[in-house]
Amino acid sequence: MTLTPADFDLTVDIDHVMSRLRSGMTLGIGGWGSRRKPMALVHAIAESDLTDLTIVSFGGPDVGILCALGKVKKLVFGFVSLDLIPLEPHFRKARQSGTLAEVMELDEGMVVQGLRAAAWGLPFLPTRAGLGSGVMTTNPELKTTRCPYTDTELVAMPALSLDVALVHLNRCDRHGNGQSLGPDPYFDDLFCAAARETYVSTESLELDPDAPTSTHLVDRSTVTGVVHLPGGAGFTQCLPDYDRDMDQLKAYNATAKKGGLNVFLANHRCGRPA
Amino acid sequence: MTTASRGDVVAIACAEVFRGDGAILASPMAPMPALGAKLARAVFEPKLLMTDGVASLLNVHGQVEGQMRYSRVFDVVWGGRRHVMMGASQIDREGNQNISCIGPHDKPKVQLLGVRGAPGNTIHHTTSYYVGKHSKRVFVDAVDMVSGVGPCRGGLELRAIVTNLCVLDFTGPDQGASLQSLHPWATLEEVQAATGFPIYVPPSIAVSRGPTELEQRWLDHLDPERRVRATVEG
Repeated sequence: MTLTPADFDLTVDIDHVMSRLRSGMTLGIGGWGSRRKPMALVHAIAESDLTDLTIVSFGGPDVGILCALGKVKKLVFGFVSLDLIPLEPHFRKARQSGTLAEVMELDEGMVVQGLRAAAWGLPFLPTRAGLGSGVMTTNPELKTTRCPYTDTELVAMPALSLDVALVHLNRCDRHGNGQSLGPDPYFDDLFCAAARETYVSTESLELDPDAPTSTHLVDRSTVTGVVHLPGGAGFTQCLPDYDRDMDQLKAYNATAKKGGLNVFLANHRCGRPA
Repeated sequence: MTTASRGDVVAIACAEVFRGDGAILASPMAPMPALGAKLARAVFEPKLLMTDGVASLLNVHGQVEGQMRYSRVFDVVWGGRRHVMMGASQIDREGNQNISCIGPHDKPKVQLLGVRGAPGNTIHHTTSYYVGKHSKRVFVDAVDMVSGVGPCRGGLELRAIVTNLCVLDFTGPDQGASLQSLHPWATLEEVQAATGFPIYVPPSIAVSRGPTELEQRWLDHLDPERRVRATVEG
């Protein structure tokens, strides 16, 4: 008689992920600018009834789309950019028209410290980043603290605890072991660890056995569900699987001036299966 | 040095900001600062570390010599082992920089990038700025949103601001702006008219230098079609 160990399977579909999201939640979105964004999952949120979301992101078109469609109550960000097109047009429009009124603008490093505090279960982490800058005056809730040893003044960056994290990885198996095969993992591991629930969309459910162990970015203790979505980063960059789709990026950029974001989204599946 | 083009002089001024830095990460945020940093490393500051703009460190021969993913960048920033040369939408009389937004923060007239890493950069390590077009739009009395923190607010070191007219620093009285050198084609009156705050002018005004023969050869090697240097008009 062969012995079969107990097994489990974290694979789910987009509908399941969406069933776990509620209006008013705080969502963390992985990637960086227009790089390895979970665009298929973002697209699903765009088409949903969800509203009043708080979004934490190293922002790119994910932020632009959700702002343009009125999904965002509050944005926590250090920047929002399409990278090769430096300014994100829908984010700009939302800010300049006042439709995105509530923002927590932070130094990028403060976002990292906030996620790290959440991942480590700490109420805050100290940092010098932000001291003396407009970040402190535009976020009156941010407080400084004094080092008990040296009396140095530091920012007490509060934990950025996430209800749900959404990230897209090159590979992630059915058990939730995620690999980033591109040049930079960004902070996707931190987003996963800072969230109560994490959903990983992935190009492939097969791990790359030849890649070095350093590519194993996300460990399954921080993963709730895995969605197999080849092309799930949409028109953003997902190296080595594919680069940015510059034509689509330009077409998306143009929708801010010319209108037609909904048509763009309807025609461009953002990596979602038709 | 009368043969040096404007682009050559500005590239050398950008290179000079990195002099003496040693083995730290040079992060030039635009083509002209990048040309300057590469020239500095090739000629007089060989230990500088530079990335490919993605996540690898490249040596002077263009070979990968290390890894610099974003999480490491923050380690380097917070450890102070970096000199960034950023751009600026606004710089004010205290040396504060803005890349976040123009107008009130709750409803900006123009939304720009966001503060990015500017607050953390300026408080942890040496910062310089490159301003391609010196004007009162950029050099204002007070920035709308302090992104990069000037010396008065605790910025660690604002080494230099290189523009198409001159090099400024903040070693003037009360940590105010001071003219470090004037480019050969610019006049003091021109600089003052294009700056929205007073600049301290030392008794004897230095003129920005052109490249040495060796530096000229490197500039022509690193920018063979002069595309970067041609961005400086004239």
